[in-house]
Amino acid sequence: MVDHPHAVFALEHVTVRRPDPDGGADRAVLDEVDIEISAAGTTVLWGPSGAGKTTLLRLLNRLDVPDSGVVRYRGTPLDDLDPLALRREVGMVFQRPTPFAGTVRDNLRVAAPDAGDEAFGSLLERVSLPREVLGRDADTLSGGELQRMCLARTLAVRPQVLLLDEPTSALDAEPVRIFERTVADLAGDGLTVVWVSHDAQQVGRVADQVLEVADGHVHPRAAAELEDEHP
Amino acid sequence: MTVNWAGTAFSLILVAVAAGLSLYWGLGLERSILWAAVRAGVQLLLVGGILVLLLRPQTSLWWSWLWVVAMLGYAAWTAKQRAPGVPRIVPLALTAFVVATALSLVVLFGLGVFPLGARTLVPIAGLIVGNAMTATVLAGRRMVEEFTDKRDEIEARLALGQPSREAAQPYVRGVLRSALSPQIETTKATGLVFLPGAMTGLILGGADPVSAVLVQIVVMFLVLAAASTTTTVMALGLSRRLFTPDHRLVRLARTATG
Repeated sequence: MVDHPHAVFALEHVTVRRPDPDGGADRAVLDEVDIEISAAGTTVLWGPSGAGKTTLLRLLNRLDVPDSGVVRYRGTPLDDLDPLALRREVGMVFQRPTPFAGTVRDNLRVAAPDAGDEAFGSLLERVSLPREVLGRDADTLSGGELQRMCLARTLAVRPQVLLLDEPTSALDAEPVRIFERTVADLAGDGLTVVWVSHDAQQVGRVADQVLEVADGHVHPRAAAELEDEHP
Repeated sequence: MTVNWAGTAFSLILVAVAAGLSLYWGLGLERSILWAAVRAGVQLLLVGGILVLLLRPQTSLWWSWLWVVAMLGYAAWTAKQRAPGVPRIVPLALTAFVVATALSLVVLFGLGVFPLGARTLVPIAGLIVGNAMTATVLAGRRMVEEFTDKRDEIEARLALGQPSREAAQPYVRGVLRSALSPQIETTKATGLVFLPGAMTGLILGGADPVSAVLVQIVVMFLVLAAASTTTTVMALGLSRRLFTPDHRLVRLARTATG
């Protein structure tokens, strides 16, 4: 496959197998996947639960590796890159908020040990959190605030790509809206976003391009079609 | 003071009491209690017999060393049985035991705390390895539990670009603290509540209480050192094994708690 200049990631014949939970033979979660993910705007990986969306996302910052095939970041196979440097360029927010013990400041400091309150304050503002929460114990934040703190923590590393693994699936409508708006602003500032979602309505709101993940295969889709099919 | 065979047989009444209680309450443990008592008795008699052989003046000290090596191997095998969910525990446990044993033996015999001989080597090594084994199983299980429970947090740290050792550090520290605390508490309470085994044995055997206390103090420090070195070697060693060289967290089956 030829490297596309606009592709931030390219997957070539990527297969991932996982043990069958019922003890049967291994099953291919991703089966000979060949796709490119655009560097521009927000790409949504859409599909039903268990289709392999999260697995695909975790290949992109090398939290998982494929059983066969090649994943490229800006043309270079991930095997040839330092995984730690890759992860600082390709940040990730997980499905469930993952606060570390301590205050919001402690959390941000894990990502940026040398930064001060001034830098942390502007990070919090970028994710629509008031500066005052810096000294608060992270556990006292609401679900939506916590997930945005995790987003701020990821941004503290100054990534060029943001991977989002169903980050709003546990949130109410209002926090979801704030999160989506925040990410739209970040994408507008030039950050590449890869967003895993199973919510067709959300896809319509956030996606610039859509890749449908189903039965281990991945195909480009039009967002408008999804909204019509899954009103 | 000695206990004769008849006296030993009478002490079986105490086992019968335990078994009787189990029977009365329908606990279903009476067979287990009897089997444990018989097995412990036979094992101790066997060891006693071997010690008699080892203690003969014409027996080379090498036989005692061989006995120590056999204990190390058996302890590593037992650790594997008791913590089946801990990946590749045997080589790690062996390393931990060897480090703990070597350290303690060098201090005790190198500085002349005890004279080196079969009478000192075998029981002291047994004490170290026994405690090290318990600590290994505990530390191994706690590590696997902690790394399973905190998987999301650890991966979030990795996703921020932290090297695996740094990402693991807060959790390893937590495991070390919780694994060592009971040992420290026990050490603190010694003498106030219970008189520990070595001392009790010596006093019953007719030794002067002050020498018994001094021996007990050495034994206590030995146990503390054995437990902490083993726990540390296990926790640090395991924290490496739970990651791949490219800083990914290994998937663990949740069987270590069983």
